Amino acid sequence: MAEALALFETADEPAYLAGGHTLIPVMKNHLAAPDRLIDLRAIPELGGIARRADSLRIGAAVSHAKIAASPPVRAAIPALAALAGSIGDVQVRNMGTIGGSLAHNDPAADYPAAVLALGARVATDRRTLAAEDFFEGLFGTALEDGEIIRHVELPVPAAAGYAKFRNPASRYALVAAFVARAPDGAARVAITGAGSDGVFRWAEAEAALGAAFAAPALDGLTPSDAQMLDDIHAAADERAALCASMTARAVMRPGRASIF
Amino acid sequence: MPDITLTVNGAPRRAEAEDRTLLVEFLRRQLGLRGTHAGCDTAQCGACTVLLDGRAVKSCIVLAAAAEGAEVETVEGLSRDRAAPHPVLQAFEAFHRRPCGFCAPGMIMAAVDMIRRHGEALDTATVRHELEGNLCRCAGYHDIIRAILAAAPTRRPEGRRPRERNATDAADKLRPRPDHGRGPGAVRDG
Ligand SMILES: Cc1cc2nc3c(=O)[nH]c(=O)nc-3n(C[C@H](O)[C@H](O)[C@H](O)COP(=O)(O)OP(=O)(O)OC[C@H]3O[C@@H](n4cnc5c(N)ncnc54)[C@H](O)[C@@H]3O)c2cc1C
Ligand code: FES
Ligand code: FES
Repeated sequence: MAEALALFETADEPAYLAGGHTLIPVMKNHLAAPDRLIDLRAIPELGGIARRADSLRIGAAVSHAKIAASPPVRAAIPALAALAGSIGDVQVRNMGTIGGSLAHNDPAADYPAAVLALGARVATDRRTLAAEDFFEGLFGTALEDGEIIRHVELPVPAAAGYAKFRNPASRYALVAAFVARAPDGAARVAITGAGSDGVFRWAEAEAALGAAFAAPALDGLTPSDAQMLDDIHAAADERAALCASMTARAVMRPGRASIF
Repeated sequence: MPDITLTVNGAPRRAEAEDRTLLVEFLRRQLGLRGTHAGCDTAQCGACTVLLDGRAVKSCIVLAAAAEGAEVETVEGLSRDRAAPHPVLQAFEAFHRRPCGFCAPGMIMAAVDMIRRHGEALDTATVRHELEGNLCRCAGYHDIIRAILAAAPTRRPEGRRPRERNATDAADKLRPRPDHGRGPGAVRDG
């Protein structure tokens, strides 16, 4: 870890490299041209999955495939394992890492929804951030220059579900909802793919599900069109409608990822 | 230029390459292994699939430098024994008769990975699901799925240990559907 931080300090335009499944395509498109790539995958603190009393701790460099197949993840938060197993394809899941996905904060990526809905904490080389404070708009995070994500600490919920409507071309989420019910009954709903400001919590749905954690509680609720992305893939009102239906699907089938 | 050292199909290999060299370029240019194809610029087609430390990856978005010290398996490794090519190769020869074959090296390596992980449990639904990262522009999917299933070890009745698969086993199973319309799916000699 110290070596990686030092290597970052001494280059002009360095970048950390994990699975490279975002960064290499970005470099191919000439959207970034780092003069030094620092491979994080061999840093021991960034590996491993551990079950703790009320949470799961997942190292930043753990691949999507490992999370999908991990017995502790499948036992504690099966919807998260299923979400990991729905990212990209087999080859992408073998290389891509949770830390890389969170650091990139693609507005259509899967993990941000789970991390936000579960109320996870993101631990870095220098501090610990609540999910709410970590994600900042489209492709933005609170990470400082050179800051390395160490691990993510995910509280184990009483129940959680994920539902994703895929963009048929890119296979990324057009709209996806992660829904979690905490042991105290409070509900959290996070939506990816839809928001014009990136991943967001849908407060109205949370209130309704906090009162009754069942799909009918959501009847008639739709987030405002004003906060939706609107592009050639889907209009704002279509995305808003999908937010409602994906949230309902996630509630109806807890413990799994329902993919449409 | 830095040296990159890795193991390819069981043999140690070493070559100089620019830092930015992708694994697929390194295999094709530096090592002359042209079996691995590059079919897109968006990491979507899977033609470049190789096994890296035993896991299927797209070699067009892995830097050669990131594979330093790793174990790489490519499609060439499946035909090292000319007399007994790998069952997946035989199955693809028998079933996958689409015009161009461009996707085949990636499909074949994805198939090898799938069969290793699932063994006898491999079924049609799993093959379909796990072939998501491999595109065939000639739309030969049905033949490809059939080929992968034919190459997978067969389920045996309880209590009987599955036989180690060999070339003859695979050849026995290579029976295309009667309505295939292309004659018997014989394995080519030699
Ligand atoms: C064909 C394809 C399909 C895909 N489909 C999906 C999908 O359906 N859903 C989805 O969510 N994603 C998808 N992805 C993205 C994939 O999940 C990426 O692997 C992931 O988003 C980035 O992880 P990585 O390890 O590859 O990161 P890298 O590309 O190595 O890095 C990405 C960024 O994060 C930084 N970074 C990496 N690790 C750390 C760390 N520990 N601390 C600080 N910064 C770090 C890097 O510097 C870089 O800026 C897809 C990718 C491809 C190529
Ligand atoms: S060349 Fe690698 S996925 Fe197309
Ligand atoms: S046979 Fe032509 S791409 Fe598959």
